[in-house]
This record gives sequence, structure tokens and C-alpha cells, in this order.
Amino acid sequence: MTVTSPVAGAAAPAPPRAPDPPPGRRLARRVSLLLAVPALLVLLVFFVVPALRLLWLSVTTPEPGFGNYTALVADDVTTTIVLRTLLMAAVVTVVCVLVAYPYAYLMTIVSGRWRGVLLAVVLVPFWTSLMARTFAWVVLLQDNGVVNQVLGAVGLGPVRLLGTTAGVTLAMAQVMLPFVVLPVYTAMRGIDRRLVDAALSLGARPVTAFTRVYLPLSLPGVAAGATLVMVLSLGFYVTPSLVGSPQQSMLAQFISVQVNQLVDFGAAGALAVTLLVVTLLLLGGVRMLTRTRGATGSGIAGGLT
Amino acid sequence: MTGGPTLRRVLVGIGILVGVWLVVPTLVVVPISFSGEDSFAFPPSSWGLEHYATFFTESSWLTSLLVSLQIALIVTVVATLLGTAAALALDRTSFRGRGALDGLFMAPLIIPGIVVAVALYAAFLGWGLIGTPLGFVVAHTVLALPFVVVNVAAALQNVDPVLGRAAAGLGASGWATFRQVTLPIIRPGVLAGALFAFVTSFDEVVVSLFVQSPQLQTLPVRMFTSVTNEVDPTIAAASTVVLVVSTALLGLVALTRRKSTP
Repeated sequence: MTVTSPVAGAAAPAPPRAPDPPPGRRLARRVSLLLAVPALLVLLVFFVVPALRLLWLSVTTPEPGFGNYTALVADDVTTTIVLRTLLMAAVVTVVCVLVAYPYAYLMTIVSGRWRGVLLAVVLVPFWTSLMARTFAWVVLLQDNGVVNQVLGAVGLGPVRLLGTTAGVTLAMAQVMLPFVVLPVYTAMRGIDRRLVDAALSLGARPVTAFTRVYLPLSLPGVAAGATLVMVLSLGFYVTPSLVGSPQQSMLAQFISVQVNQLVDFGAAGALAVTLLVVTLLLLGGVRMLTRTRGATGSGIAGGLT
Repeated sequence: MTGGPTLRRVLVGIGILVGVWLVVPTLVVVPISFSGEDSFAFPPSSWGLEHYATFFTESSWLTSLLVSLQIALIVTVVATLLGTAAALALDRTSFRGRGALDGLFMAPLIIPGIVVAVALYAAFLGWGLIGTPLGFVVAHTVLALPFVVVNVAAALQNVDPVLGRAAAGLGASGWATFRQVTLPIIRPGVLAGALFAFVTSFDEVVVSLFVQSPQLQTLPVRMFTSVTNEVDPTIAAASTVVLVVSTALLGLVALTRRKSTP
């Protein structure tokens, strides 16, 4: 450690396209790049290799070929589960967008202090343990749980929530909400209010000014957030496993069953690879959206950390 | 459009409902953990500390808590060292493949947990790492690295390259420059990364469920099996403990952030 120069990065010229540094510094820079090697090794051995191995298993077990993939398409159970997962993800996404939009808008019109409070509240899911939160939902949603007591008090009678799609939606949307609120808020903050004022002064009704001016300008944030929630929902495991029921299982649970109960790594691998490809395609879409509309990117980065 | 009073009232109403939805459900575990009954009834009709007593004495719970703490501490040290070194190496460099490298460092964050879990499970079966401390540590380190790299890289943006040159010009060695110039500036970022690494490991469920064995379980794994297999209110005490630990640590992150941003 003492021989190399860990600060060569700081000593080098800041702009990326600087002229070539003198030979001495170039050597220092090359040595300092070695600092990345341990982390890279860990990622290669314990992340890239296992991922490639799984891909390999999916086309070699039990026999070479794409049998596992064609079986996925042919199998009714798999198709049902994939469709259910897509539907579930779509429902969670719609719920999140419908709730997040007015919430993010509220954030843009309140005072700085209240904006801080609203932001802190929306970040609560990031702050609290996933396991503790999921357990809390199991307790709340049980047949004689708090949610049912409240529903009973207002005359909506006991409703079965634990083990149903409604319960899973309620719990999952809570986890996902920040991922929509943050990019939508970032997009809204970037909207020039004078555009709306101009539309109003030109005689547009408030509803028209909203649908024709404000809404289109905020859509990139909505699209980015919605895609993110869709992606994250597709792979969700803990909440559907504990709040949902095995009869209504989602893709991640199905993969887990393939591995733990059927010990079918070929099928599990094929499912996992499919999930991964869909995830990356959707995320690629978000990236293109955010790259062209700059503003929303930071919101997402903030959301993920 | 800034809102008539009615619109504003509706929005505030929505805001309050969302706030309740986000905050209150999680807190329900706290009163249940102090319940004197052997059920999840809410509100509890009697109070007591039995569930905490069970949590801190029954070996399956206590062991899993200790295992979680030990693994999280090791992961924090390993991920912080590796991640900080990597962020330093990659700071202000550009070369072919840089984008791919950044993508690799972020990948564990983006790829669905279940995919990482199954991949690691298949590999660990072959390597004999299932149910071993080493298996947990490397799996959690992979998941924690992105947080350290992101936080330290962000902090490095605040380091003026002139400072490094000035220190070198004054005769400081590379290591001395790092210790006395760079590190003090990036310390909040390193600290935030370390705290995130701890919480990531301490809280991780999905991958842990696959690399665990009945003999070696982390606390979230123990909680997961408790919810699926038994009706044992001890989990309320466990949830409260986890909640306090992870929320307190992430609150520390927020504090270091506030201090570091002028």
C-alpha cells in the first residue's frame, strides 16, 4: 500500500480528455488502478462466475439445448405464473403512480420545511428493515388485524386480505412508492411554472392547462418511476412469499420452488435468465428516457442508494 | 394551477394518508413486542417483556442475532476496504471499458435478488460454501459493494486535484497524501458507505435464505422461517430490535450527509 499512490487519482488532471500525462504519472496511474483489483476479483468470482454458471446450467441441464426455455413457453403453470407476475407488477405500478403523482405535486407546492417532512416520510421504507416491515403487514392484514378492525368499524365488514392479491398489492406498493415519488418530484421541480401561467392567461381552463402543459412535462419522471417499480416488482420475493399465498405465487417464488423443492437448476436458471433479460431491457428503456431528459436521472440514483 | 383551496385540501389529505400508509404499519411491531400475550393481537390487552426475554435467551434467536452482527461487521470492514480502494482507483479515470466496469460495480444492486440468490446457491453448492460464514460474508459483500463505491466516488468529487499535487510538491508520499489530505475529505462518504454496507448485510433476506443452513442462520432468515412456520410473538421483539438498529444506523448516514454538504 505504501509503495503505490492511492491519491494518483486526485493528482491526475480532472477533465477526462486531458492530454497524456507524463510517463511517471502514467505509471502511478496504472499502479493505482490495481487498487480496484480486489473488489473486481470478489465480483468476478462471487457474482459474474455464478451468474454465467447459472446461464450455462440453463442450457445444459438436464440435457444440452434450449429445452428449458421451450418448456417454459409450453408449460401452462409457468405461463400462468408469468402472466400473474406481470399483472401484479402492473397493478402495483398503477397504484404507485396514482398515489405518487399527487404526493410529488404536493411536495412542489408546500414550504421548504414541509417538503423536508414529506421527503423524509417517503424515504421511510428505505430506512426500515424489509423483514420487520413485511412481518408488520402480516400482522396488520390478518383476519382479525387492525386493517380489518378499521374496515369493520366503517361498515365494510371483514375482508380476507392476508394471502390475497389485494394484501400483496398494499404491502408491495408501500415498499415501491419512493421509487416513483422521487423521479416524479425531480421532473416536476424542473417544470417552468410560467408555462402553466401562460396557458391560463391565454384562456385555458385549469384542467386543460394541466393535461396539455403540466402533465406532458412531468411524464418522463412518471415513466422512469413506473418502469423502475415494474422491474423491481417482477423480481419481488419476500413480500409475496409472506403476505401472499402459495396458490397465487409469483415468479420469484416459483424460481425458489424449482430450486429448493424440485432441485431443477435447468428450469430455475432459464426462469432467472428470462427475468434478468426482461429487467435489463426495461432498465435500458429507463436509461434512454433519463438520458434524453436529463433531470430524472439523479432522482433514480437517489432512490437506489 | 398552484391550487385552489379545494385542490390543496385534497392534496394535503392524500399526503396525510400516504404518510400514514408509509410510516404507521411498520411501527405496529413495537407495541406487539411489549405484549404480555402469546399472540399477535393488536392492541395487546396486557403488557410485558416476555418476548424480549425469549429473544435474548432462546438459543435459536440469540444465535441468529449474534451471527447477523458478526457477519455484518466483517462485511462492513471488507466491503468498505475493497469498495473505497476501487472508488479511489477509478476516480477521474477514463479508459475503454470504463462504462462496463461501472455497470459491473452497480449490477448487484440492479439485478433481482432472486436471480443473484439462485446463481450463488448453485455455485455455493459446488464450492461447499452453503451454510458457512464465508459464504454469507462474500454474498453480502457483493451486495454491499455498490453502496460503498457510490458513496466514496461521490465524496471523491469534492477532492480538489490541486490539493494532491500540492501535497506531492511539498514532498508528501502517496500514502501520506492519502492519509492527511484525501481521507479527511472523503471520510463522510466512506462512513456512509460503511453504514450502508452494515445495514445491507444485517437486513438481507433473499440471498441469505439460499446460502443459509439450519445450523447457520442470520436474524432475517430466522424471522422469515418464524413467519412461515410458527406463530411466535418473539418475532415482534426481533423486528423491533432490527428496526431500531437499521433505522439508527441509516439515521447516522443522514447526519453525516448533512454535515458533509455545506
